[in-house]
Amino acid sequence: MTDRVICQELTVRYGNKLAIGNISLRIPEGKTVGFIGPDGVGKSTLLSLIAGERALQDGALEVLGGDMRQHQHRRKICTDIAYMPQGLGKNLYPTLSVEENLQFFAKLFGHGSEARRARIDTLTQRTGLFPFLSRPAGKLSGGMKQKLGLCCALIHDPKLLILDEPTTGVDPLARSQFWQLIADIRQSQPNITVLVATAYMDEAEQFEYLIAMNDGKILATGSPQALMTQTQTSDLEAAFVALLPKAMQAQHTKVVMTPMAADDSAPMAIEAKGLTMQFGDFTAVDNVSFSIRKGEIFGFLGSNGCGKSTTMKMLTGLLPQTKGEVRLLGKTLDPTDIATRYRVGYMSQSFSLYTELTVMQNLVLHARLFDVAPDERAERVEEMLTRFALTEHQDALPASLPLGLRQRLSLAVAMVHKPEVLILDEPTSGVDPVARDNFWRLLIALARNDGVTIFISTHFMNEAARCDRISLMHAGKVLVTDPPAKIIEHKQAKTLEEAFIAYLKQALPAPASVTKPHASKADGNSLSQQKHVSKPAHQYGRFSLQRLLSYAMRESLELMRDPIRLTMAFLGSMVLMVVIGYGITMDVEDLPYAVFDRDKSAISENYVNSLAGSRYFIEQPEITSYGQMDRRMKSGELSLAIEIPPDFGQKLHKGEDVEIAAWIDGSMPSRAETIEGYVEGIHVTWLLEQAAQASTTASTSYIDVQSRYLYNPDIRSLVAIVPAVIPMLLLMIPALLTSLAVVREKEMGSIINLYVTPVRKIEFLLGKQLPYIVTSFASFVLLIVMAVVLFNVPLKGDVIALGVIGLLFVTFATSFGFFASVFTNSQIAAILLTTIGTMVPAIQFAGMITPVSALEGAGKLIGEIHPVSYFLLASRGIFSKGLGFETLDFTVYAIALAIPVTLGLTVVMLKKQEH
Amino acid sequence: MRLSNVVHLSVKELWSLWRDPVMLLLIVYVFSVNIYTAATAVPESLHNAPIAFVDHDHSQLSKRIVDAFMPPYFLTPKVISEQEVNEALDTGTYTFVITLPPDFEKRVMKGSVPDVQVNVDATRISQAFTGNGYITEILNDEVAAFVTGYKTESSYPVNLIMRARFNPALESFWFGSVMELINAVTLIAIILSGAALIREKERGTVEHLLAMPVSNADIMLSKIIATSLVVWLATLMSVYGMIECVLGVPINGDISLFMLAVILQLFAISSMGIFMATIARSMPQFGLLLILVLLPLQLLSGGTTPRESMPELIQYLMLFTPNTHFVMASQGILYRGAGLSIIYPQLLALLVIGGVFYYVALRRFKTTVGSL
Repeated sequence: MTDRVICQELTVRYGNKLAIGNISLRIPEGKTVGFIGPDGVGKSTLLSLIAGERALQDGALEVLGGDMRQHQHRRKICTDIAYMPQGLGKNLYPTLSVEENLQFFAKLFGHGSEARRARIDTLTQRTGLFPFLSRPAGKLSGGMKQKLGLCCALIHDPKLLILDEPTTGVDPLARSQFWQLIADIRQSQPNITVLVATAYMDEAEQFEYLIAMNDGKILATGSPQALMTQTQTSDLEAAFVALLPKAMQAQHTKVVMTPMAADDSAPMAIEAKGLTMQFGDFTAVDNVSFSIRKGEIFGFLGSNGCGKSTTMKMLTGLLPQTKGEVRLLGKTLDPTDIATRYRVGYMSQSFSLYTELTVMQNLVLHARLFDVAPDERAERVEEMLTRFALTEHQDALPASLPLGLRQRLSLAVAMVHKPEVLILDEPTSGVDPVARDNFWRLLIALARNDGVTIFISTHFMNEAARCDRISLMHAGKVLVTDPPAKIIEHKQAKTLEEAFIAYLKQALPAPASVTKPHASKADGNSLSQQKHVSKPAHQYGRFSLQRLLSYAMRESLELMRDPIRLTMAFLGSMVLMVVIGYGITMDVEDLPYAVFDRDKSAISENYVNSLAGSRYFIEQPEITSYGQMDRRMKSGELSLAIEIPPDFGQKLHKGEDVEIAAWIDGSMPSRAETIEGYVEGIHVTWLLEQAAQASTTASTSYIDVQSRYLYNPDIRSLVAIVPAVIPMLLLMIPALLTSLAVVREKEMGSIINLYVTPVRKIEFLLGKQLPYIVTSFASFVLLIVMAVVLFNVPLKGDVIALGVIGLLFVTFATSFGFFASVFTNSQIAAILLTTIGTMVPAIQFAGMITPVSALEGAGKLIGEIHPVSYFLLASRGIFSKGLGFETLDFTVYAIALAIPVTLGLTVVMLKKQEH
Repeated sequence: MRLSNVVHLSVKELWSLWRDPVMLLLIVYVFSVNIYTAATAVPESLHNAPIAFVDHDHSQLSKRIVDAFMPPYFLTPKVISEQEVNEALDTGTYTFVITLPPDFEKRVMKGSVPDVQVNVDATRISQAFTGNGYITEILNDEVAAFVTGYKTESSYPVNLIMRARFNPALESFWFGSVMELINAVTLIAIILSGAALIREKERGTVEHLLAMPVSNADIMLSKIIATSLVVWLATLMSVYGMIECVLGVPINGDISLFMLAVILQLFAISSMGIFMATIARSMPQFGLLLILVLLPLQLLSGGTTPRESMPELIQYLMLFTPNTHFVMASQGILYRGAGLSIIYPQLLALLVIGGVFYYVALRRFKTTVGSL
């Protein structure tokens, strides 16, 4: 038998923190191998290395007979590896339906359409997802998400299946179905090697081979039986504890549950009566009632998406209920009442702490918000750090911590103010057994010694068994509420898990139980038979149009599922075109001016009238003093003040030199220069008139200057501005549409699909780009129609040329968005970078208002190389000057050249592995 | 609302920003390099206008005229042939092409007033108007000087003395730098407040806060205060470091009054950012909304082209945006040295607009955040 994975002295560091140190390991073919150990010991890191998702640092790794450092080898074998990352549905696309998700992955792996249909049907029938093919992945329950994740992973017949905590946060029924599925697959494909990291020891017991890890190192390897024999223990959990270093063992003692004192007089802490929550026509919680005594530990169990979290949110006042009543600590819950919140601690299911604050800062912030007295604060924070064993991580950022540690931090934060009621939504999902037990000891102490009421939801049956009472919830309804022992008794089951599954099966609607036998019929050899028929024919190494189109399809679906965004893209550019097209005018008109006439003679009045006749100026009330002139100019009320000196008429009569002062508001230089020109012109005209009247005619003109205003004879601003607004809008909006395309996948986690599937970087980018090019081009056409129809801007030139240049330009603009997206790590930064990178060149350097040739310095350089300047030239040329390709060919080349440059840079900066 | 909560949450916002180096870098860039480039790039209204001549005369006078056009107003003129005229104008190589007819000098000397044709590319509106005025003036002056043998000083009995107040040399970087600063203030404040709230919505941290003894007003105010503090300090440094020191713009006005106006503008703009974040459901939507709001704010608030020339409807509509008032107030304070008694209406307007956005955002806050 060959070894599928060979690790030699693998070491990975995050910063200066050692994630895994010097691991050497061999994994043979056809085995199911479990990785067990506490959180943050390097299980996920090791699995992501083997999957090729993360780049190697030190050491050597051979997977499926080749070196994982070799780019070529990774490309070759990535179709043989299936990887399901940690986190529910992390690599799925929530707005896409089950079918669409599966189609997407199937296309990435190059299956033909018939093969895709057959595979999707078989897989979904086996997993019971068949009836939900059209449901969006984001609306599936956690268990179903994991099943879908598995289907997506199995779509290409992997030889190596890597599952990172696949059942964390999944209910027992779904969990048992999930493992049944894996068992079926192994039966039909005996050569498949399965690597699983898990926090469930009962799951680990089923595996053939276990690797126990701690602190980045391997503690022991062997079959579950061997490990138990080695440590002389009877169950795996104990065996694992025995393998741990002595110091850690000391922390671990068995959890002892003290039953609650049977005291019926204890007041009710939480009471819910007929709670109902409806979202549209979907009833998430249906008429739920329960009451919890002070000091009770009340467990809440149920499959994912059954309404547990919604119920808990209603209890905290976060969600106002549709119907029913909540009484908290003896008072009717009032969401606006802040006082009760001091007495409640809430931990939501999704990790919701500030990733930018350190562990310590998070704790201190919450202590402050909950008004922990300043003198107690340091002590309290210290206490929490010790209790939850976070002291050594106090300065770490949560993002760098494994899930389990983060959950501990969430809990520490929820308890920092010593609340009377704790509402905990799956606090232990993803937390390792040792930490979970420590956590439960805390909870029990809180409830029994301090009388804290605890309302907790969980998927772990051993945790449920420790509760005073539990409720089983399914599809919005509570099935049963009783002490755990009674529930087991009632179903005559051996364990709570069995009882739970029995209750669930009883409550499940008929169709689900019909699909099951059907599904088991479909297994057997059908998948492996198909394998021979439909093994994808084409070469993985080459560029593949199918993969590109698969990404294009996925992106289009996502775009269409967000109609608001699509409408904003279209309508927004149209609205902006109207507002800016009408708003920006270069005609300087209606300038407010006033006269300070200190002469008041006939001739000064004559001068004043010559100004008043101008269409450029609007006369304001006369100025009466210097002080007033100063004030009115400072306030911006006057753009121009004309001062006529005393004795103006008299002096002029005597033939003495007189001076008229024109004060111009210079705060906006371009406007001031225009005003200067106007005033000068009016002044000269007046002088000529005066001279003519005095009959001393002396035409000083030797030549006749004839100005022809070309292209825009009426000098309408619209004709100049509208063709300039189009390039600006077509740069900014398409770039912004794509600017989040990559960075969002990074934030959401689905970027993993780029890392572990055969898709090439260029296919990934072009595929995602395609729908945006189409959208932006459609928007471009709309803008042109608007310009012609609404603004009456004549389109004199070659429409085809305009179309071609526009198409090239939107391709460039969307490429720029991708560049910003790849360059940054957060969505905010990507938006900011795109805005700065497009708005500044488009408005200031492209020649919209000031021609590029007139610019200076760096601005001129940007204007000269930026494609938007060329598109502006082309747009004006075609609209106003009636040009076509023959004169504008240089703009075509300039814009076309910018596309490969931008995309090339993007491809270089985009990584095909995590670093 | 509790002051201590607001303070602690504001500190948290500042930490969040501190841990995002790309954002910090971009903010520094926007308040320094970007202002410098934008301010120095845009010249006085007529600057380096590309001009060409078609000289059919080749006389002393025609050469003298060509030589009279020089930088900084015009690029050194090129002499081109008749055939090249159309293409040169079509491709936008030149804004102006002047044709001097055959026997130009002879006809001038004879006094038969020859035609000089000036072709203007009127799609370049900013240069077309002013440039044509300059050209006419230069042509007339040069011909007159040639004829009389020396340059004539105009000796009209009435002199018009023109003085540009507040910016005597009409240096456009004075104007450009402050307008770019205003754009920077707007851009960063909207993104820091609005996008930061969307991020918290997407990560579920707002929900977490709402379950604590923290009111909506606390959360909103902390965002406004943290954003304002960062942008305010950046503005202060930019005014002294970049605008006054590096660019050498003499600031006539009262900087402390300007910084007060900045505070009001920040209140209005960050409230608006939060309001936008209560409308957008996700970051991609917010990004688009941002552009839809930013572009009109930048182009139509009086910082790019004069307000009084805009259609009345647009002028009226833009009065509802904070930027219009902020631009008016800034121009008044920084260029014209206006005091509080002159610009208080603008400051009041900022306060009112900010107050309205704040109130509406607060009302929308809970419903939109809770429904996620």
